[in-house]
Amino acid sequence: MIRHVNVKVFPVWPRGAGNGDAESALAAAAVVFHRWIRDSVCEELLIDVADYRHVPSGPGVVLVGHEANYSLDNGGNRLGFLYNRKAAIEAGAEENVAQALRAALAACRRLEAEPEFAGRLGFGPAHELEIGVNDRALAPNTDEAFASLRPAIERALAGTYGGVEFGLERLGGARERLRIAVRARGGR
Amino acid sequence: MKASNGLWRERLLGEMPPELAREIDVFESELALRKRGKLDEALIAETRLRRGVYGQRYDNGQRHDGRATRQLAYPVDKPTKGPHTLWDAPGMQRIKIPFGGLTARQLETLAELAEEYSDGIAHVTTRQDFQLHFVHIEDTPSLMRRLAAVGITTREACGNTVRNVTACPVAGVCRTQAFDVTPYAKALAYFLLGHPDAQAFGRKFKISFSGCPGEACGLAHMHDFGAIAVERDFDGKRKRGFELWVGGGLGAVPQQARLFTEFLPEEELLPVAQAIARVFARLGEKKNRNTARLKFLVSKLGIGEFRRLVAEERASLPFDPRWTGYLEDVERAEELPLKPPSLVRIGEDSGEYTRWAATNVYPQRQPGYSTVTVALPLGDITADQLRAVADIARRFIGETVRTTVEQNIVLRWVSDGDLPELHAALAAAGLAAPGAGTILDVAACPGTDTCKLGIASSRGLAAELRTRLASRAFQLDEAVQGLRIKISGCFNSCGQHHVADLGFYGVSRKKGDYAVPHFQVVLGGQWTGNAASYGLAVAAIPSKRVPEAVDRITGRYVGERSRGESFQAFIARIGKAECRRMLEDLMEIPPHDADASCYSDWGDPREFTIGDLGAGECAGAVVPQVEFQLAACEREAFEAQMKLEQGEIEAAAGQAYEAMLHGAAALLRHKQAGGTGSPDEIVLAFRTELVETRIFWDRFRGGALSNYFFKAHGDAGLVRTREAARQLIEEAQLFIEACHACYGSMAAAAVA
Repeated sequence: MIRHVNVKVFPVWPRGAGNGDAESALAAAAVVFHRWIRDSVCEELLIDVADYRHVPSGPGVVLVGHEANYSLDNGGNRLGFLYNRKAAIEAGAEENVAQALRAALAACRRLEAEPEFAGRLGFGPAHELEIGVNDRALAPNTDEAFASLRPAIERALAGTYGGVEFGLERLGGARERLRIAVRARGGR
Repeated sequence: MKASNGLWRERLLGEMPPELAREIDVFESELALRKRGKLDEALIAETRLRRGVYGQRYDNGQRHDGRATRQLAYPVDKPTKGPHTLWDAPGMQRIKIPFGGLTARQLETLAELAEEYSDGIAHVTTRQDFQLHFVHIEDTPSLMRRLAAVGITTREACGNTVRNVTACPVAGVCRTQAFDVTPYAKALAYFLLGHPDAQAFGRKFKISFSGCPGEACGLAHMHDFGAIAVERDFDGKRKRGFELWVGGGLGAVPQQARLFTEFLPEEELLPVAQAIARVFARLGEKKNRNTARLKFLVSKLGIGEFRRLVAEERASLPFDPRWTGYLEDVERAEELPLKPPSLVRIGEDSGEYTRWAATNVYPQRQPGYSTVTVALPLGDITADQLRAVADIARRFIGETVRTTVEQNIVLRWVSDGDLPELHAALAAAGLAAPGAGTILDVAACPGTDTCKLGIASSRGLAAELRTRLASRAFQLDEAVQGLRIKISGCFNSCGQHHVADLGFYGVSRKKGDYAVPHFQVVLGGQWTGNAASYGLAVAAIPSKRVPEAVDRITGRYVGERSRGESFQAFIARIGKAECRRMLEDLMEIPPHDADASCYSDWGDPREFTIGDLGAGECAGAVVPQVEFQLAACEREAFEAQMKLEQGEIEAAAGQAYEAMLHGAAALLRHKQAGGTGSPDEIVLAFRTELVETRIFWDRFRGGALSNYFFKAHGDAGLVRTREAARQLIEEAQLFIEACHACYGSMAAAAVA
């Protein structure tokens, strides 16, 4: 049973971007996320914004929702857009992964189209993601759990990206949540 | 809500202490009963609070988005989890950590919970607790089971209970302590946890332990029960005991604790605490929350009568072997270092290490060892960082980690030769920020980020001040570096602003049709000496101008202080009137169309509001008379402070009462309902026109603040003590704040 899938999409930065760009992206996200709540930009219930810009390598700026959290996440000191599914979806593993991918990518497209981000930060075509399960009881970070989830992830990626080929690699140790690096073959 | 919630009970069955496992089962059943409509909403609220499951901002399903208040469309098929508290709305889980003591395994569990049930952040509070935010109520039993499996309970973390027992974070390794208070704090915490005599309070009860009187230590003077370690000679034999202070507290009406006894023998600690709990449960106020803390009971009875009642109660208590059972283990309970002592290596260190060591390393009483402070920004730590601290603890010190009331973590028993390596390990985890215990180490309560009572963004301001001060930390004068800043989002003092050099608490002011976030500047509080004295409010400054106020105050201190003069002494010397004059121009609010930035708070781009206030044009608007009148009341309350400082106690009390009377009259005139007659007529009109009609009404406190005014009127002309006059001034300030809020509501209603 796989629920609570996370997808972190890494951005494509303009040439010459530096740390200051990450900081200004986070500042912009705080403004944009408040606007997303006001404008009810998606079907999910959006509740509030939690601003953790002061925490090094932290969750960045989090748009807290009922079904899921969205964030411009700076975990691992690497900025990316994170979709964190909270409400369980009664479906198989593939659909849970596919749903999280769809939601994450839709939000990435929405974010890069915001005036605060236009031309400054984009998510481009698929090149690098992290897929995880935010529940150790359902999916510990083990080779066995990864092996059992791998086919569902591959099918979900194929359904989302068509002909793009991806390499998958389990990340982190047993104390951490199950996280899988997803890199497009031939991607940057 | 987690799909795995059904799995943890079975999985952890053998790992949880049976009594905790049973307790959590009971709570889970109560949640299920509530979902079926078989438990009253007030009961489920108190039930969850007693397990540390707290409400959070917007849990009534409403949120102002900067333009209007909107409904948050939670699923409609659920019950409430308390009055006006929606089931699915995220809440806060408070986790009690007695005396702040933590093991590496506990840190790892907290990391897991922060990731899986919260937003990836664990927050250290000003009472050595942890808090997780945005938690779903149906996840809390699993969360509690995972904590119970590592020996942590959330029981009585909130509610009208004995809250987390705090203690000096360097107890046992401190150079100035009488003895290590840790085993006593632990014994009392677990003795009173769930104790039948501590279940019927009208309000919370806070306990702290200090090892010495001179340092900030356990902040004994601001606690309901503050114990300071002392030793005495009896017949040539050294005996341990405690100087016991009772009835202190911050909150809306701060009060210094009173000395209960100069020496309470160690064997009497637990029974006397039990007797005090029984007296508080029996005689403490139950109906009016605003006067239900122990400080009000001690004031009402007088310390002499309170002592007599406690002694009477103590004499009647049946013997309990737990009172002294733990004493046999006190000396054996001493922490042991993981590594042998060693010398600090000199000459091979980077500038970064040197700067960090200057502020974050405390040489212990035990030669060759130091305690290291991990300075957490605003008390926040990520799950990865918690795991890093666990790893560092295992590598360098063992299980000797503690949280602090300054929202940091300390690593005790670091062998001095390991300090550079430990610094490197912390730096790799983003945890080597220097400046612990300095002006950079700003403490703040959650404020408007997550607290339902927050008025202004304490964390937003704290983050801003921290960033600005850190950017020029090396240029700051040494005298300024040693100052402390503490910020609360409202007058309830969770950020402990009263005992900071520079304290701030959130308030709101109106400018035309707009609400403007402000902070009251509180100067002259004393952190050391166990929170020896409280500051008083000087002026309300728009939030966005507070950084300028900090620069101005600290600049003035650097420029004008005499040699060795402390900040408190400097403030006392120049006087609060001068402090206010210094800030007067910063109190001005620019018109909205000239500078709209003042109309939103730090870290929150929404236009500020404390409710559903309608926005409109203000340029060129005539300032209503009531705003002038309320400003005049503030000034009168301030002048009352001045008189009190000059020893004019009766005049100070009279002026405070006048300020309240004028505030009430101003509101009545604004409502065109009188306000020009005798004091008796004003009081009567205020009661009938504003209180009984619920116009003078706070969402959470009802009409309670009006009682301060009625009581002041009833007592007008009475001779007061200095302490009573001080309390009246505090009450007058609160009443005037409430007048501002009432005027804001009346204006909003008029716009609607």
